[in-house]
This record gives sequence, structure tokens and C-alpha cells, in this order.
Amino acid sequence: MSELETLEKQFLQAIDQADDLSSLETVRIDALGKKGKISSLMQGLGKMPPEDRKSFGQAVNAVKQAISSALEVQKSALEQAALNQRLETEREDITLPVRPSPVSQGRIHPISQVWEEITEIFADLGFAMAEGPHIETDENNFTKLNIPDEHPARQEHDTFYFNPKPDGSRRVLRTHTSPVQIRTMEASKPPIRIIAPGRVFRSDSDQTHTPMFHQIEGLVIDKETHMGHLKWVLEEFCKAFFEVDDVTMRFRASHFPFTEPSAEVDIGYSKVGDEVRFGGDENWMEILGCGMVHPNVLKNVGLDPDEYQGFAFGMGIDRLATLKYGMPDLRAFFAGDLNWLRHYGFSVLNVPTIAGGL
Amino acid sequence: MKFTLSWLKDHLETEASLEEILAKLTLIGLEVEDVINPAETLANFTIAHIEKADPHPDADKLQVCAVNNGKETLQVVCGAPNARAGLLGVFAPVGTYVPGIDFTLTKAKIRGVESYGMMCSESELELSEDHEGIIDLDETAASHIGKSYIEFAGLDDPIIDIYITPNRPDCLGVRGVARDLAAAGLGKLKPADEGYDQKGDFKSPLNIGLEFDDETSHICPAFWGRYIKGVTNGPSPEWLQQRLRAIGLRPINALVDITNYISFDRGRPLHVYDADKVSGTIIARPGKSGESFLALDGKDYDDLEGACVIADDKNPLGLGGILGGELSGSTEDTKNVLIESAYFDPIQIAMTGRKHGIISDARYRFERGIDPQSVETGVNLATKMIIDLCGGKASELIKAGEPPKGTKEIPFDPQRVTRLTGVKLSNQQVTKTLEDLGFTCNDTGKGDQITVTSPSWRPDIDGPADLVEEVIRIIGLDKVTPTPLSRPFGIARPVLTGKQKRVRLAKRALAARGAVEAITWSFIKSDEAALFGGGSPELKLANPISSDMSDMRPSLLPGLIPAAGRNIARGTNDPVLMEVGEVYHSDEADGQSVNAAIIRVGSGSHQGASRHWSGNGAKVTVFDAKADAIALLDALGQDANRFQFTTDAPAWFHPGRSAVIRLGPKITIGVFGEIHPTILKQLDVKGPIVAAEINLDALPEAKKKSTSKGAMELNDLQPVKRDFAFIVSSDTKAGDVIRAASSADKKMITNITLFDVFAGESLGEDKKSLAIEATLQPKTKTMTDEEIDAIADKIIAAVKKATGGEIRS
Repeated sequence: MSELETLEKQFLQAIDQADDLSSLETVRIDALGKKGKISSLMQGLGKMPPEDRKSFGQAVNAVKQAISSALEVQKSALEQAALNQRLETEREDITLPVRPSPVSQGRIHPISQVWEEITEIFADLGFAMAEGPHIETDENNFTKLNIPDEHPARQEHDTFYFNPKPDGSRRVLRTHTSPVQIRTMEASKPPIRIIAPGRVFRSDSDQTHTPMFHQIEGLVIDKETHMGHLKWVLEEFCKAFFEVDDVTMRFRASHFPFTEPSAEVDIGYSKVGDEVRFGGDENWMEILGCGMVHPNVLKNVGLDPDEYQGFAFGMGIDRLATLKYGMPDLRAFFAGDLNWLRHYGFSVLNVPTIAGGL
Repeated sequence: MKFTLSWLKDHLETEASLEEILAKLTLIGLEVEDVINPAETLANFTIAHIEKADPHPDADKLQVCAVNNGKETLQVVCGAPNARAGLLGVFAPVGTYVPGIDFTLTKAKIRGVESYGMMCSESELELSEDHEGIIDLDETAASHIGKSYIEFAGLDDPIIDIYITPNRPDCLGVRGVARDLAAAGLGKLKPADEGYDQKGDFKSPLNIGLEFDDETSHICPAFWGRYIKGVTNGPSPEWLQQRLRAIGLRPINALVDITNYISFDRGRPLHVYDADKVSGTIIARPGKSGESFLALDGKDYDDLEGACVIADDKNPLGLGGILGGELSGSTEDTKNVLIESAYFDPIQIAMTGRKHGIISDARYRFERGIDPQSVETGVNLATKMIIDLCGGKASELIKAGEPPKGTKEIPFDPQRVTRLTGVKLSNQQVTKTLEDLGFTCNDTGKGDQITVTSPSWRPDIDGPADLVEEVIRIIGLDKVTPTPLSRPFGIARPVLTGKQKRVRLAKRALAARGAVEAITWSFIKSDEAALFGGGSPELKLANPISSDMSDMRPSLLPGLIPAAGRNIARGTNDPVLMEVGEVYHSDEADGQSVNAAIIRVGSGSHQGASRHWSGNGAKVTVFDAKADAIALLDALGQDANRFQFTTDAPAWFHPGRSAVIRLGPKITIGVFGEIHPTILKQLDVKGPIVAAEINLDALPEAKKKSTSKGAMELNDLQPVKRDFAFIVSSDTKAGDVIRAASSADKKMITNITLFDVFAGESLGEDKKSLAIEATLQPKTKTMTDEEIDAIADKIIAAVKKATGGEIRS
């Protein structure tokens, strides 16, 4: 075995045996360093006779190549091993809890959610949204809605009053969203198609009544809309809102001063355990009042009842929410209890849409 | 309005079942609220025989009875004085609910003796107030032992309670209800009893009169009556007492019971005076402020101005149409009576009733409007019943005034029913329905147009729409066919206004920052309203439901902060609450705005609240509130850089840790900051609490833009970043430094980030260091060092000019 072959063998063995990067580096310097053994052989080429130089040079180069690549292979193997060893020490207890994201903590109140659900449904039918002030004139809340001063219906409203003004007039907290009908009809010309959701106030408080609650008013005025349209709109609304394919509804004759004819609407349901299932006629639950807008109301806003007609309806948003989502007590709606709000509230990203469901 | 099934059948000839009648009542607008069927609720009470009654070994007043209930003989302990062997009575076994004592019977040991049920009194069955002894039946009951007592006694008449809407005074009498049912196809209305049909035997010794002027004559246009002499008053017959008790009225004496009966049977209130207790002429006249009278309810009423008073020569006898007087009322000793049948103006009755707080069956009917044409029938019905039940002789009819006609003629096109309801009906169907309800229809000879005359008992009928309602409610709203509403657009267009969209966005933007949406009351305590700038007199309720809810809220914070306090008291730490809702500045239509508010309590910061292994949540600071405010404005499409923050926040904020958000000098958008510790103390809530409140209505509307977002500016050139540290006086605002640096070269400087605030002795007293990073964005070519240095010099100069700050070497 030539000296060169012996050297090659020794170095390859040393590379193989190097068990960390620093001993590998020692081997590299020993072999290929400036003063390394292989480097010295290359430097010694010059002193050789020219006829030997070529063949010996090629042989040394081959050995150098072999050692270099062996060094590379061993280096990357040792680096991988070192990395593995480090990672082995970097273990976290992934069962430690992380903070919840704010988006998951926030909640939308069920009334806001239901308000948006209702708006989506009626927007699809071309109803715009109208609003009005909570502090109303007696005129808009009662008189123009065909409820004259001494009408017994006024007493049934449990009205909150403000103190009389010097001229004797009194503001009231609106007892229903119907004054928005007046404001809308005074401000715009038919055809009119609006809903008017909002807070209303009555001096009444028990498990099913709160002195403040939310109503939604609907109003359609044109030249041909009749009770058949009213019935269809309410049926379509109930199916969409309660997310059922079919509802049973009962229209009962009733009386409101601002509609004629008037009706109250019940929805059929059955109870399975605590759950309310819509459909059938086992039980009836009143959900809204409605009717054709009274000719006196049309006259009061300057519309000719022989030319224009239409319907109006009003329902309780809070009540719709309890029916759909099963809250037992209306008073809890306004108590601001975080446990209640987290349980009955809605996720921020749960935005009701017609396409995605309500 | 309550009545019994058999009472209804006095007026209605029908084969319909109870269920059919109830269903029809509800559909035609006479909503059934309750039905009590005593045959069901009292089914357990059976006729029983006391076979043996022995003294109780341990109690003087008790007896131990052996009671035969038809199946077996049971031991029953009984305390009634009339319990005795041989008595036929009413027995309730163990397990029976006894309504009169509101108790369900159990097997009991009474003074050591077991008892397996109860022998009952009438009061225990709620049949009367008699609780002197147990029911003691005659021999006829002997063959019914073990059978239902209620059926035996004929008390199994179902009681129906219906809600009468204010427009239907005619249905405040059973006959009106029967008429509606007959029209709706549930039978035939029987002919009405018209009462006494004689002329009378003598001229009334008492006279009646009206004393009104032209202005007041409408309040009592007619007062008719009749004198009946020689009556014998006393308890009314059992059938009459039973009917009155069934509908919740207490039988008093025959004369009073008769007027009550006619009131409920025909919707015709009447009054009976003891003629011997009045002197001179009975007149109806306007009341005077100085007068008073003692009413039947035992109370004194004074200041009778505005009322219609019935008076004799000396004293007021009663408030006409509302309440009679104690002194002239009938008693068991009454011998001679005067019947009053009058018509009173509904509005006057409503006002008087309300002024004096009197609720009576008469007021209820008169203020809704009774049939004015029933004045004479009323007298005759009462005359007949009094003579039948109390004997006596009737005088001639005495009359003062004439009642109004009460009918109205309405020109009507029967096809209006189709126009308003969509239901196709022939003219004949329409007129037939109206006629069944008592209307008369006459041709006008002008096409389809007819003249409809309303009956005198329907004051609510005013115009064609009322007639449409009458027809459709009787024909049935179930005949209305659902008809699709036209679609104004194939695909629905957006309908929300900018403001409405902001309200939706604000809620979700704040909830996305971890807040839970609360809805709090629009009215709050007076002193809490005052703490937040409210409490003005025009925003105080005249009749609040409680003193906690008396003033319209000026801000959302007095609702949210106490809500947070209640949650903390319940053990929920660090609440983050928000609300978007109306606040009130004045009582005018534009005096209301929609605000959005968020509060954070304790360590409820956006970074995470409460204790955590990675580091506990820090106490909230004004900057949490500022971040909320900016995030909200950002979500609402507002450029936060357009707003100014000034340090003049209202008094409920910490003076040094709060700001007003402004848009120019005039428009206030909102506030944020730490709530003043004194306010928290007054509201009894533990802080710190920070809050932001934005007036959504004050925000500028987004300008209507095209849907295009415009071309994006692409730039491949590397931006250059340079750091600067300025030494400024400690009261220098960081915002001023940033603004000065940004505006040094608006073209090139695209961003200024403030990354360090430092104060220390090394800088000297009253000094601090603010370090910023400026980003320069070359547009067309890479910048040279000279160009960069030139901009840096501009920044240094601008900051020095604006704040006096020196670059830190």
C-alpha cells in the first residue's frame, strides 16, 4: 500500500470516528489545512520530476476529493444530530391554556340579532327601515293614529308621560312603533314599504311585561295591497324567521283603532318537553296584531282612502326572540347579566344573512 | 265579560257544542280568555250520607263521622255544627283539590283520629260565602249518593270569559254575543224580551228632570224611569243568584240583583232608588265643585265639577252612569222604588270615572257607549222583573229628554270588501251578513252603491272600512287567501341607510374587541342621570314606574357601569360591556342620538383579562379606551387621523386621563378615558373603569363613491427607515412630535412610528425622550445618502420648530 493510500485510509477512518463538529474540524485541518498532510503532498509536487508529477498529482487530487466529500457528509450528519439533541431539550407543556381571542369573548344581544334577522327577511321583500324618536308627541302616538283623547284604548296603553308644557301639551314615551307610520307617510309618497323596529315603553312590569321593550312595525301603502297580501307576507315571514318549512297561523278578528279591519295572529305549536315545536293546532300563541290601515289614519296624513290603501302590522321583537331561542323571562333581557348574555348572546361572526341562514 | 252557556242559550237557539261556540267566538273577535267547566273542576265532589256521627274522643267541637260515599263507608272527622247522623251532604275524598281553601286533601290524623276526606260547605266549593255549616241536602238527594253534586244541583253550567275590545260595547251584554254568533252561522237569535208592556196603573208621585244648558245638554240627553210601589225586597231567587255568582258578582238583594242582571244580560245599566229616601224631584245636572256625596262603595266623593250628578231637592244621590249613593240605595226594607234608565255621554263618563278613580260595571259600559235606544226597554225590563220577583204596582212611564238615535247612514259599495280583503263576495252575501248583524241595507239606485244604516247599539261603526270589517270577521278571516306581494326588484336592493349600517357595524366592532352587548333601560335614576350631565326637567317622566326609572338617560355609561358593578357583585371579574342605543338630550324629535359605548373594568384589557400563567392582565388604562374608540371609528369607515383629541372631557372622567374626540372645533364625536373615582364611589362600583362613548349620529356620512377602489400604487423601491430620538420637555405631546415629523415631507414620509418614551435623571428634570422611526418611500429612484440626510434634517427642524425638541446625540 502506498503512502498515499495509507493516508487516505487513516483520514477517512478519522472522519468516520469524529463524534462532534470540533474533532471533525481537527481532522479537516490535519488533512486539508494549510499545513495539512494532503496539502503538503500537493505542495511537494513542484519538486518532483515532471514525468511523475502528472500521475501523482491526479492521485493526490482524488484523495483530496474523497476526504472533502467524506467531511461534508459527516458534518451534515453531526449537525443534524446536534439539532436533534437540542430540540430534544426544547419540550413545552402544550396543555397549558392560552388566552381566548377577543372575537370569541364578545357577544351580540339576542334582540340585536333578531332585529337583524327580521331586517334581512323584510329587506328581501323590498321593505326599507324607518325610525322615529322615542319621545313622541301625543299627536303622533295617539291622535293621528285615530285614538282620540278620551278613547278607552288610550287608558289601555299604560302610557309614560312627561310633564305638561306651558301650552298644556304633553310629550309621551311612545307606547308603540306606530307613530313611525305617521312620520313615514307624512314624509314620503306611496308606494311605501317599510319596517320600523325600535324601543317602546309601557308602564307595566311582570314576568311577561317589561316597562321598555322592542317592537317592529310594518307598513305597506299603495293602491292595491289587500289583506291577502298581508297574510302572505306574515306567513312568509314566520317561515323564514322560525326557519321552518311550514307554519300554521290563525287570523282572529280583533280591534285596533288604527286599522280596520283588524286581526290578531296566532301561531300553532306543540310542546315536547321544554322545546316548542311550531306547526299543528294543538296550542296557539299570539304573536302579532295587524290590519288594513284605518281610513282616518290615511286622512290624517293627507292620503285619500278612496285612492290609497294598505296594511300595517306590529309585533314584539323580544317576544319573537323568546319564542325562537327559548328565554324564559323577559326581565332578564335588560339586566346586563354576563352569564345570561353569554348564554343567550350570539357570536360576533354569526351575521344573519338570507344566503347563509338566519 | 263573563256569562254561562245556559245564559247564552236564553238568547241563542243553537245545536253547536261548547267547543264550536268557543272556537267561533275567538275567530269573530270575541276572544275567549277562560272557560271554567264546574262539571270538570268539581267532578270529585259527590253526594254522601252520614251514617253515624260520634263525639271525637279528644275534641269537643269535632265529630267522627261514618260517611257512605256510595261505594264504601269512610271515617271522616268533621267540625261543622250541623254534622249529624242521617245528613245528606257533599263529600270530597282524599286527593281532591278544594278551591275554597286552596288545598288538596290528604289522609290526615286530626287530634289522633284518622280522616279520609271532607264533608264540605258551599264556601269550600266557592258556590257561596256560606261557611256556617256543611251542605245539608233534602231527601231528593238520597237516590243520588255517589253521584256528582254539581250535576245534581244543576251547577254544571260552563262559565265563559271573553275579552271585549273597546269598540264592542254591544257585547257587554249576553244578547250582543248571541247576535254575533247567530250572524256567524251558529244558530238563531231568539226574539228579545221587551219587558213590561202595560201603560202603568198610576201617575208617578216622584218626578224626574234634566237641568242642563246648551253647552252641557249632551252629557245626559235622556233620563226615563218608573215608580213602583209596594215592593217586597229580599234575596233574589236561586236561579238569579246562581247566574250572578257564576260571573263573579255577589248577590245583594232582589232589586240590586235585577239591575245587575239586566246590565250583563242586555248591556243596559240601570239604577233603582228607594223612593222614600229622596225628596222632591230627581234631576240630572252638572256637578259642582263644592258638592260631595257618600257612594255605595262606602267612600265620600267630593268636587263633582265636570260630572253628571243625579240629585234630589237636597243632595246629590249619585254620579250618573257611574255609581249610586249610599243614602238612596235600596235595602231589604225598601217599599217603593224609582227605576232610572238614562243615556250618558261616553266622554264625560270616562273623564269623571278617571278623575275619581271609580271602576264600575256601569262606567265600563257607558264610557264605551251603550245602545241609546235601550232607554225605554231598560225601564220596561226592570219593571217586569221587579213586579215578577218583588211584587208591587207600576206607574206610568216618566220621561225627561229624548235619547239620540244612535244610528248612522253610510254610503257603501259592497265590492269594497273585495278591494280591502281580496275575498270575492257577491253584493248579496255582503248585505246578508250586515243584515244578520242588525244593519239595514237600501239600494240607492246608483249602480252598486247602497246605503247601510248601522244599528243603534253599534257606536263604533263610522264608515265603509268598519262595514268591511264586520263582513270579513263574520264571513271568516280564514277565507282570505295569501297573495304574494309584488317584488319591486328581481333581486332585492340594499335598504339600510348609512346610519342604520353604522349601528349594526358598531355592535359587531365592539363585540369583536371582546365586549358583551348589554341593553340597559332608557330611563334611569334621577341622581345618576345628573352625574352624567342629564336630569333636565323636560326629560323627567311625570309618572315613572319606580324612582329608579325616572329620567331619560343622557349617556349609556350610567346604565353600563352599574351593570358591571352587579356582575362583579355576582363574582364575574373584569367585565367588558358595550351598548349601542339611544340617549336623550331634549324632548324634541331631534333631541335623541344613537351612541355606542364600551366599558372595561379591572384588568379587562384587550390583551386579555384576569390572571394567567403567561402574565396577569394589566389594569385597564385610558389607552385601552382610546384603542377601543379608534377601532370603532376605523370599523365605521372613518379615518382616525382626521380626529382631534382634546383634554376637556366632561366631569365624569378623570381630568388627566381622558379626552374628547373632535372633528374640527364644532363637532364633538365622543369621549374616552378613565371614569372619575368619585363617580365610581357614588355608583358604588370598584374600579378602575375605562370607557369610550361615540355619538354615531355625529359622524360624517360616507360620500357616495363608485364601487371602484382606484388603482393601487405599486412601488418596487425599498423603503428607507431612519430612527430619531428627541429630548423634549415632559409636558410635550407625543402627538405634536409625530404630526410635525409627518408633515416635514408629506411626499416622501409614509409613516412615523413612536417606539420609545423614556424619562430619567440622565436627561435632566422635566425632560423626556421620544424616539420615532420614520419610513421614507422613494417613488422613482433609489435615494442617495444626501437626499436621505436632507429629509432627516427637515424632520429635525420641523420637530424643533413645533415642540422645541432637540435631537438626542
